[in-house]
Amino acid sequence: MTTSTASEPEDQAAKPATRRRPKPQGGGFPAALPWLAPALLLILVVVVFPAGYMIYNSMRHIGKNAVDDGWAEPTRKGPDWGVFSNFGHIFTDPNLPRILLNSLVWVVVVVVFTVVISLVLAQFLSKPFPGRRLVRMAVVVPWAASVVMTTTVFYYAMDPNYGTLNHLLEQLHLVGPDGFGFTKSPVSALGSAMAIAVFVSLPFTIYTLLAGIQSVPADTIEAAKMDGAGRLRTYFSVVLPQLRNSLAVAVLINMINVFNNLPILQIMTKDLPGYESDTLMTYIFKTMQFDKRIDWASALSVLNFAIVALIVLIYVRVVKPLKEV
Amino acid sequence: MAFLAVEDRAPKSRVVGRMVIGLLVAIVFLVPYLVMFLGSVKTRDEILSYDPSYLPKDGWQWDNYSAMWDTPETPLPYNLISTIVIALAATVLVLLVAVPAAYYTARFRFPGRLAFMGLVILTQMLQPAILTTGLVREMLLLDIGDTWLAMILINAAFNLAFATWMMHSFFAAVPKEVDEAAQLDGAGKFRTLFTVNLPLVWPGIVTAVIFTFVSAWNEFAASLVILTTAENQPLSVALTKFVGQYNTSWQFVFAISIVSIIPVVILFFFIEKRLVGGLAAGAVK
Repeated sequence: MTTSTASEPEDQAAKPATRRRPKPQGGGFPAALPWLAPALLLILVVVVFPAGYMIYNSMRHIGKNAVDDGWAEPTRKGPDWGVFSNFGHIFTDPNLPRILLNSLVWVVVVVVFTVVISLVLAQFLSKPFPGRRLVRMAVVVPWAASVVMTTTVFYYAMDPNYGTLNHLLEQLHLVGPDGFGFTKSPVSALGSAMAIAVFVSLPFTIYTLLAGIQSVPADTIEAAKMDGAGRLRTYFSVVLPQLRNSLAVAVLINMINVFNNLPILQIMTKDLPGYESDTLMTYIFKTMQFDKRIDWASALSVLNFAIVALIVLIYVRVVKPLKEV
Repeated sequence: MAFLAVEDRAPKSRVVGRMVIGLLVAIVFLVPYLVMFLGSVKTRDEILSYDPSYLPKDGWQWDNYSAMWDTPETPLPYNLISTIVIALAATVLVLLVAVPAAYYTARFRFPGRLAFMGLVILTQMLQPAILTTGLVREMLLLDIGDTWLAMILINAAFNLAFATWMMHSFFAAVPKEVDEAAQLDGAGKFRTLFTVNLPLVWPGIVTAVIFTFVSAWNEFAASLVILTTAENQPLSVALTKFVGQYNTSWQFVFAISIVSIIPVVILFFFIEKRLVGGLAAGAVK
């Protein structure tokens, strides 16, 4: 019996509609606890506690020696906000407006390009053709590979002196013989980082949208064709509306991932002094690693966390992930 | 030309067109890794030459793959061991913790079930980078700063959510008659899980395990600030020490990258087919 049904879960898992509602069972929460306790403990200790501890630390004074010496105090130049003086410090930081603007542009540009390109590629990869499986495997590679390593090879290829991408652009006469300093100015470094961020975000997004496309019933497309709708018309008025949920997942998950991405910008902007090309996440890590001020970094992290929480809230509202549990 | 006959009965010319576009797409996604590989077999002089070439001119330097283990930048053998230990231990921990939770929430209704799944979803949306400032201080508080244990716990906790979701959807797809039959035979919940359910849901478990392993293998942000000793750092962090130095040893950077990427890409190929179904069941509803 085991062998005859071995392939079933995979097929059924793809069709949430056939999922059975679990049967009510006696015992209540105490009976469930032994099964949930390990997961619950891990989440409480490594996710919930550090989140609370981070908020607590944002209201403490922790100097360069990493010793917690009491509630936060105003800095020499910063305003006196009582225990919220670390927030006073970061909100009067002259770098903050530029960093928030960078973060916004970074997220919007990367997510928009990622989703638009992924819509096209997912549609293409849902069409049958010999070798499709190999193409899908190639597409998945940047998802499996370390983002640090993928970014590093781009950083190398973009070097004006010995980089192969610059060499190619020189051969095509798109840039002069001295190459183009992709990572040498804030704007071009941020732009190059965006291109890399799109590249590494594509696989997850394509697969999420592919999952959505596969659940679009074929007869709705047939019906549109019978009604004489062209291919574009069919796509925009029949397929795309049915992708609403997977599109929402792709957009919101990418927003969180891109907003909190560290390595791409850290590598691509490491040649640049100052904070002109920093996002909130890279600024948090600079504050932690170079200023060695975990209290200011915690205050920045709380701000970052609040923005993430807002995106999560939208996710819960739009996608309703608990609806079918 | 029988192989050009496809399910949607597209004309042959269109199928050939799809194959050409498919090839171009595959090339775009693979080129960075091809550049990486070619760089890993060039000499140091060649890769830093102001007159670069695409293919290695001075012969293929396979010995970069043996020389990279002993470089001044980073103690690579230790970095590899750290990466393997942290990723494996985190995966085992996720498996131990997520299987019972996924099974119980898929099979039984009880007060607090939605609250638990809600907590799991919130965890799924977070990642170590968001909480790094809190995590660094917590690990110092627990006196496990700069240890493998700290990174094992962090990687396990942040991957637990996806694994639980994935397995939950697979357990939910097993007909409940299967459980009832086992219970009629006198099997308890544990035996029902191990002898009846696990053999049916193993594809979901393999997918969750591989996904967890790959993501722990590549983790960067938390490791960067928590693991301060060079010997404890994983490959992702060790690699950044090469970059930005005057005369970067790119040939080693790329040889290390290739060695680190190939195993996880192969693992990912095993679950590639199930990612679409898994995303449909787990995240995309």
